[in-house]
Amino acid sequence: MKSFFSGWTLIKLYTLMVYVWMFTPIVAVVILAFNPQQFGSFPMEGFSFKWFVKLSHNSTILDAFQNSMVLGTLTAVLTTSIGVPAALAFIRYEFKGKEFLNTLLIAPIMIPEVVLGVALLLFIRWLQQPKSFVLLLIGHVVLTLPYVLLIVQARLVGIKREYEEAALSLGANPFQTFREVTFPLLAPAIFAGMLFSFTISFDDVTATLFWATAQNQTVPVKIFGMLRNSISPEINALGAVMIVLTVSIPLAAGWLSRRFARGVGPS
Amino acid sequence: MKEKAWKPWLLLSPSLTAVFLLLVVPVCFVVVYSFWLRAPSGQDIPAFQLGNYAKFFADFFYPGILLNTLRVALETVALCLLMGYVPAYFFYKTESRLKPYLMLLVMLPFWISFIIRTLSWINILGDSGLINHLLMKSGLITSPIPLLYNEGAVIMGLLQYLLPFMILNIYVSLDGIDKSLAEAAKSLGCTEWQAFKEVTLPLSLPGVSAGCLLVFVLTCGTYLPPMILGGPGNDMIANLIFKRVIGTLDWPFGSAISAILLLLLVIIVYTYNRYMGINQIFKSLSNG
Repeated sequence: MKSFFSGWTLIKLYTLMVYVWMFTPIVAVVILAFNPQQFGSFPMEGFSFKWFVKLSHNSTILDAFQNSMVLGTLTAVLTTSIGVPAALAFIRYEFKGKEFLNTLLIAPIMIPEVVLGVALLLFIRWLQQPKSFVLLLIGHVVLTLPYVLLIVQARLVGIKREYEEAALSLGANPFQTFREVTFPLLAPAIFAGMLFSFTISFDDVTATLFWATAQNQTVPVKIFGMLRNSISPEINALGAVMIVLTVSIPLAAGWLSRRFARGVGPS
Repeated sequence: MKEKAWKPWLLLSPSLTAVFLLLVVPVCFVVVYSFWLRAPSGQDIPAFQLGNYAKFFADFFYPGILLNTLRVALETVALCLLMGYVPAYFFYKTESRLKPYLMLLVMLPFWISFIIRTLSWINILGDSGLINHLLMKSGLITSPIPLLYNEGAVIMGLLQYLLPFMILNIYVSLDGIDKSLAEAAKSLGCTEWQAFKEVTLPLSLPGVSAGCLLVFVLTCGTYLPPMILGGPGNDMIANLIFKRVIGTLDWPFGSAISAILLLLLVIIVYTYNRYMGINQIFKSLSNG
């Protein structure tokens, strides 16, 4: 038993070190964002919000932020509205070629983004269309669809057909059944799908670099452009804002969906 | 209630149309384009010739980048495994009340912007980054040692990005193992280590191999870490594609390189699927 104890301590220590390794750079970005010094590096020489203030006056970044929000929201709505029905088809029905089609729709996860970027751009070029916001949008839908399918399918497995059948047999019409039973049960899955596609779209760099024009740059593409010059404290400040934003969204969503589930779900 | 046969197809049709039109067709275009010619004027001429592929393999430059990509991918897989197995095992074994929160913490980087996570290493490895700052302050070195813009820095960025995938894959596999199996082995006289080596480890291998494949494939297509953390010699295949297509507008050659990368990944994934089954990966991804 003694040797097990020390082995277990080593495992705990190892895990702790992996955590430290994983989070040190992220924490460093947040800390350095408050460093008033010009070069955005160690050592810390005080504490100031001046880079955040400067950031809030940077109109190109604010524009990029707006682009990212619009693009992410539209991507989330579009991807979820085509992805949820597909997930329903895979979970609820038996049909020929189901396995194959499921793999076909999810496999794009494995296709490198560079290849997706080149492929869609080439296609648009062949159609003699210019790069545009629509290209970015459809690109992001293709990019996020497999993830939405995976997430939504995983959530749908838990929803039993019997609830709907019970409603129908108790006299509800199909529309009432959908409104009162199916939709509330589906809502957390839809919500998760939207959240996921929004985050992936908001975060994407590689493919977006292929598709974005100077007019519709997103925040990550903008950061990429700023990095060309060198890392500035402003990038750290922007990074800190992004970290707080993107971390609080899923945490809040998790909390909301638990409340959701308690309110309407089967327990 | 009798199901109508057309109903699933109706539900599937928007997704299938989108994937067919915006993914399958464009990828076919890449393959077709890779046989085209590029006129000196910069125009693309429809043709069927293997010149672009011959150009790729003409000297050591391009295959060198391909080999570089494969080497970095293998190194990343090995390090991910080394760093990822123990935490996954910890999650499997621990009975701490904090377990859900600790696992949430591992998932957290998924939600943090990829470009921020990548560039955050500049603050650690740069000349005035954390490591050099601490080393110089402690007097061990007098001038900063170059840690950034080399293969090691690229791999750091890649690990940061891919480690959660590896941990998750291994954990999903471990989580499906009945803990009483290892207990039984111990009650029959195995030591803790033997029980792990003979029972738990072999049973967790599906997750290990799924994690390795995922990390390998994702590394092969990576663009950002070599771009931000690497030096001139650390280009990977995706960087090459970007340079040829966006930089020099050489669409036929860029398409040929894309096709080579895609073919390589298809062979790897196909072989894996033959022997191991690809669904393991999807299973753990949907837990994220």
